[in-house]
Amino acid sequence: MFEKIMVPVDLAHVGKIEKALGTAAMLARQDGASVTYVAVGSAAPSALAHSPAEFAEKLGDFAKAQADAHGITAEAHAVTSHDPSIDLDDTLLHAAKDIGADCIVVASHIPNLADHLWPSHGGSLARRSDASVFVVR
Amino acid sequence: MTDVSDDTGVPAPEGESAIIETDYDIGQDNIEGSLGPFGFDIHNPVFAISGLSVVVFVFYALALPEQAAAIFGELRPWITNTFDWFFLSAANIFVIFCLALIVLPVGKVRLGGQEATPDYSYLGWFAMLFAAGMGIGLMFFGVLEPAYYFGTPWGDEPLGTVRPFDEDGNLIAANVAEARRMALAATSFHWALHPWAIYAVVALALALFSYNKGLPLSIRSAFYPILGERVWGWWGHMIDIVAVFATLFGLATSLGLGASQANAGLEFVYGVPNNVSVQVLLITGITAVALVSVLRGLDGGVKVLSEINMGLAMLLLLFVLFTAGAAAIMLEFGKGIGAYVREVVPLSNPFGREDDGFRQGWTSFYWAWWISWSPFVGMFIARVSRGRTVREFVTCVLVIPSLVCIFWMSVFGGAAINDMVGNPAESAVMANVITEYNDSIALFAMLDGLPLAGITSTLGIILVIVFFVTSSDSGSLVIDTITAGGKVDAPVPQRVFWCIFEGAVAIALLIGGGLTSLQAMVLSTGLPFTIVLLIMCFTIYKGLKAEPH
Repeated sequence: MFEKIMVPVDLAHVGKIEKALGTAAMLARQDGASVTYVAVGSAAPSALAHSPAEFAEKLGDFAKAQADAHGITAEAHAVTSHDPSIDLDDTLLHAAKDIGADCIVVASHIPNLADHLWPSHGGSLARRSDASVFVVR
Repeated sequence: MTDVSDDTGVPAPEGESAIIETDYDIGQDNIEGSLGPFGFDIHNPVFAISGLSVVVFVFYALALPEQAAAIFGELRPWITNTFDWFFLSAANIFVIFCLALIVLPVGKVRLGGQEATPDYSYLGWFAMLFAAGMGIGLMFFGVLEPAYYFGTPWGDEPLGTVRPFDEDGNLIAANVAEARRMALAATSFHWALHPWAIYAVVALALALFSYNKGLPLSIRSAFYPILGERVWGWWGHMIDIVAVFATLFGLATSLGLGASQANAGLEFVYGVPNNVSVQVLLITGITAVALVSVLRGLDGGVKVLSEINMGLAMLLLLFVLFTAGAAAIMLEFGKGIGAYVREVVPLSNPFGREDDGFRQGWTSFYWAWWISWSPFVGMFIARVSRGRTVREFVTCVLVIPSLVCIFWMSVFGGAAINDMVGNPAESAVMANVITEYNDSIALFAMLDGLPLAGITSTLGIILVIVFFVTSSDSGSLVIDTITAGGKVDAPVPQRVFWCIFEGAVAIALLIGGGLTSLQAMVLSTGLPFTIVLLIMCFTIYKGLKAEPH
């Protein structure tokens, strides 16, 4: 059904997206699809990495670990944003186009009051992406 | 499952750079959580102490307005008058330091690692430099300052130069050329190399220690070479808290005073009533637009608005240039540069001068002002300057903006002085700058003497308001980054909080009084920050020497 599955990853909160990671791996095994883990970082140093290059390297390690753990084909796609707090959704949508994803598996929280002001990233991707979007709560 | 968040690892930056190895993880002191439905990620204790101390000072200014006015109203002139030699000497050191970086071999170091590429094009970069650095100031002082120096009867002429008017206000033709030359030189002196060198030092320190050394994007990081790991403790907290404090109060008081000025402009141009209600509406409107800009982010908000404003400012500049006589003003620009080059050394000399009124009342005041703004502007410039070499960075932050400022001042100041000389008795500039000192009207008074005054004045008001919006937005971004411990991906509601907080402080002080006294307090932070900046020059050089170049 799907050939290329994209999974947005927040490397600082990997524990919170385990369900989405498992779902993506399950879909990938079932369809023989490859998974691309996409993470958005900034040019400024963060807790995860001192530079964009180091950030990309860490995402690569993460993708490799996922591939080994789930027995799937996985790639990493790191993107640097000028203002990740705000531009995350647009950056992810661009990334989905760039890598040619036909399915996005994204973790999201249970909707609350704040979602009326700031739609969740999952909600925003589902509304705007051409690809199928699987929102995992 | 690989939890890479626990592993900071050995960094592999973009090309070679000398990362500083520290045990500190960015965000390790942060508190993450949620307040109702809104998430937050704030530095403990910088966020709480900065926020609370702002509230305490606002309450103090509101509860005991006379005492606050007396204390801060005397503190500021005491500082700028007593330490004028210190401000002037320090600013000279910053200029020499920056010019040296252009020619020294360390100028080859690239911010972000040897293979980093610039984040922004020259156009977007310059637009943001100006919008954050001095957009509003150029609008208000472009006419006011040259006109003031030209006509001042209060004994604060730059370097005690000749006066072009006698006691009765009659023109002394023989003195006009010299007074005009000195007025333009002195104005350019306050808006060219020195202020931009102050900004460049802070911006370079932050960019270097963050992008090349891997430390958090926060003021304290520049002190790592001196304080070592202690920079993550109370020394660092204090530096960051004072930076947030100065930035927030600087922005809030400017917003409050700016609203009064914009209101005065609206009254002059359209007859809009000049009262607190209109000013509160203006602040609310500016904050609302700034919120939209905050929610659109750095690229979709500040950058777009800065570019629009640069285009509008260019239009206004060209209009004044051509209607006030392009050939004469281009000649003025040439003379302005000549005068600046000739007078910059005597004007910046800290010792053995007799023009106390000018040196202490204007220059020392300006230096304290630029320095108290430098954490904000420097941090913002650093945020958008990754990927440039130090040489390119200093040239673009120092030399090019200086030329643009001298040009702007020559055009607006030249047109204003023409207005004063043409017919002193009926000159609107003369009436609003010298006869009565209406600082907020000066620009509109000059435009009034040119064709299409209605359109250009409206353009002027739009420019002022949009510059306030970009300041409010970029200020929120800077305060949020510092109070999030250098994290640039903190939850958006935090940035929204700071933007609203700043508007609320401005409104409270506008209604209750205290804008002027708290602005005086902000200017007083210029003194400790001058020491901070001098130390930064040392750490920058040390940091650059360690970089591969």
